Amino acid sequence: MDALDIARWQFGITTVYHFLLVPLTLGLGPAVAIMQTMWVRTGNERYLRMTKFWGKLFLINFILGVATGLVQEFQFGMAWSQYSRFVGDVFGAPLAMEGLLAFFFESTFLGLWIFGWNRLPKRVHLATLWIAIAGSWISAFFIIVANSWMQHPVGVELVDGRPVMNDIFAVLTNNTAILAYTHTIFGSLGVGGGFLIGIAWYHLWQRRKDGIDTVDAQKRVVVGEARAIPGRDKTDHSVWIRSLRIGAVVAIIGFAGVAFTGDLQGKLMFQQQPMKMAAAEAACETGTSFSVLAIGDVGATHNCDDVIPVIQIPGLLSFLATGNFTTDVKGVKDLLPEYQAKFGTTIPDTAAYGAQAGQAIQYVPVMQVTYWGFRLMIGFGALAALAAVVALWLTRRGTVPASRGLMRLAVFGILAPFGANAAGWVFTEMGRQPFVVAPNPTGVDGVFMFTQAAVSPGVSLGELLFSIITLTLVYGALLVVEVRLLVKYARAGVAGVMPELAHTHDEDTDGTSGTPGSGSRGDVLAFAY
Amino acid sequence: MDGLTIFWFIAISALWIGYLLLEGFDLGVGMHMLLTGRSDTERRVMLNSIGPVWDGNEVWLITAGAATFAAFPFWYASLFSALYLPLTLVLVGLIFRAVAIEYRGKGATVRWTHAWDLAISIGSFIVAFGVGAALALTTTGLPLDANGNRVGGAFVWLNGYAVIGGLAVVGFCLVHGAVFLALKTDGSVREKANSFVVKWAPLALLPIVAWVLIVQFSNGKLFTLVLIAGAVVAVVWAWLSARAGREGRAFLGLSLFLVLGAASIFASVFPVVLPSTIDSAYNLTISNASSGSYTLGVMTVVTALGLPLVLVYQGWTYWVFRKRISATQIPVVHSVVAAVAK
Repeated sequence: MDALDIARWQFGITTVYHFLLVPLTLGLGPAVAIMQTMWVRTGNERYLRMTKFWGKLFLINFILGVATGLVQEFQFGMAWSQYSRFVGDVFGAPLAMEGLLAFFFESTFLGLWIFGWNRLPKRVHLATLWIAIAGSWISAFFIIVANSWMQHPVGVELVDGRPVMNDIFAVLTNNTAILAYTHTIFGSLGVGGGFLIGIAWYHLWQRRKDGIDTVDAQKRVVVGEARAIPGRDKTDHSVWIRSLRIGAVVAIIGFAGVAFTGDLQGKLMFQQQPMKMAAAEAACETGTSFSVLAIGDVGATHNCDDVIPVIQIPGLLSFLATGNFTTDVKGVKDLLPEYQAKFGTTIPDTAAYGAQAGQAIQYVPVMQVTYWGFRLMIGFGALAALAAVVALWLTRRGTVPASRGLMRLAVFGILAPFGANAAGWVFTEMGRQPFVVAPNPTGVDGVFMFTQAAVSPGVSLGELLFSIITLTLVYGALLVVEVRLLVKYARAGVAGVMPELAHTHDEDTDGTSGTPGSGSRGDVLAFAY
Repeated sequence: MDGLTIFWFIAISALWIGYLLLEGFDLGVGMHMLLTGRSDTERRVMLNSIGPVWDGNEVWLITAGAATFAAFPFWYASLFSALYLPLTLVLVGLIFRAVAIEYRGKGATVRWTHAWDLAISIGSFIVAFGVGAALALTTTGLPLDANGNRVGGAFVWLNGYAVIGGLAVVGFCLVHGAVFLALKTDGSVREKANSFVVKWAPLALLPIVAWVLIVQFSNGKLFTLVLIAGAVVAVVWAWLSARAGREGRAFLGLSLFLVLGAASIFASVFPVVLPSTIDSAYNLTISNASSGSYTLGVMTVVTALGLPLVLVYQGWTYWVFRKRISATQIPVVHSVVAAVAK
């Protein structure tokens, strides 16, 4: 382990962790905003309850996403100073735009939304949520623009050996960025949808188990009430069934979009980063066949010789790469000499590369990671999509089956889209190696950077170890806290976030109506920390 | 050096000053939760006085960092990598503080709330100290070689200037937080905050005064001396106003003090953004640390569009939540009622 390895592990850990939290923010946010919109439009209490319940879970998750995003911004300068110097001219701009044009919106308006209940006019209060959600979506766009520039650098010229931006619109409309962004947004909708389905399923199942809801001869639900249990009234049933079905629709839209954009991304990647896609398909030999399953040592040594394709579908690889079934797609063994001819076989022997100078360059990414990352992404995604369709079908008569096993599947199914998202990012980031800025085949020569050259030369192994251990411990502890809070509030149901449902209406605590500022119990805040 | 790099030096100074001005009282309030807050209700009054705005205030730091990356990548890279250890601690402080503010009220036991109170207070202290130390080192310099890389090991930043800068921001935040609490709350919190300002402000503000004077004596210009004179007038006015119970004026005076004092520091070191203590030929300046003029131009357009808007809607937030908060407005703590019968 040297400083480079630690720095890479640290980036991987902090990024994957951050991106467990962000998709839920991106995916659940619009669902909450739609729920509140329905409440403002219809005045139906079930939508108010939905807004409050899902809004609470949204906030518990949101804050950890914000807090870990700070690490992302800082570590470019801290651990990757050479990278920051090389790309600062073009890479810093989308980050700064994210701050100015998105993150201020997101944070400021979310504060207004959280504390604005009963203070702001209903419609203004609703608007604050939509603005905050829009802020989070715009923020994701700028970050992905920055990342996509590392995958496919555009809009620059080379001046004194450094890329200097000469076209911001090219950077913002990078085709890699547009596809990666839409792919990520759809993937996040899948996460949000799965979350809604799993938790709503659990509550519907619990109502059946407690005998509150029953099923009649036509298999239609008969909704009941349990006055002794807080919040378990008839409205409560409609909260969960409506949440579940909204979740299923959101998830299906998400997965359809993910499949569509993913296919386009694959075709783009075959042009822009052929080695990454070849490694993802374990396509060692040039040809047209897609390997469904390969055995042997898939690339543990970055090496094709041990890969034995077991099941192959002729023509499919060509279709994925180019849209027809006959064009030969270059395999790893043919790509390798091309990369070596163009970018050399060893790391340049200059001071910038420190201890790595002169070492052999490994152009084939760790094939195990790309091959399985790609398949896990698609597998988890397909599983979750199937679950959403099944959920929609099973709940068509108004409730879920009494099966405990199905309920558990739905609850654990929450994790599948998270897995798909994480696997997808690991695949796309690891597949870019050995480059931190991958060369653009049709771009300016010399605009690329080896990862070895990107770390901070002055930072010691000890410092990196200190930070990776500290951050991993902090992240681990906070993940436990977050999950426990989510579970606690999810189990509590609507009564947990609207205590007035539990305490009988002897005092007028109903904060759902009234004009701003006229809290019905004197001047007590509708929301306070 | 052209106009754009000068503009961006001013813009980044303004972002840092905006951060200190706005999150300054957030951090101060966080520290006061342990320092002067006694009962749970007092602490909740304090926390809710910053509740709707603290997250928006923190974005000033994020934007200051990202704008430094975009406009002066060499400054960003050298400073952040040289201060690797202290910035790691600042990050941990920021993470715990943010999470604690949100999670504190999500549990009802004394142990739960007290643990998060500690996280808010200690986190706020670490952030204030770390940001102050980092800014002080930006003005007094670090041992940087010709490539802008730190030499001399992981702890070379640990010197008297860093301590003075750290104490300066901590002291300022404590006073600023107290002035803010006096302005935004009512009841016992307001009274304690007022008496804290009157009694402790002269001592707590000493380090920041020392920092300003050190910079002035080593690099100052006549112009920065004028700024300092203005800052002195502002702080005296602020203190007299606090003593007379004029809380709005005290807040305004202290804010002016910060803006003028910090501006004098940035103006003194201009055009150097990060001096090298090894050789002044290695200094990072606005010319050799900046991005190309195209990037700076793009950023200027974005800032001209974005920043005024930010000021308007953040200002609106303060207007919406302009009422004082007191113990009577704090809702009762409900433990979460489970809908799921066990």
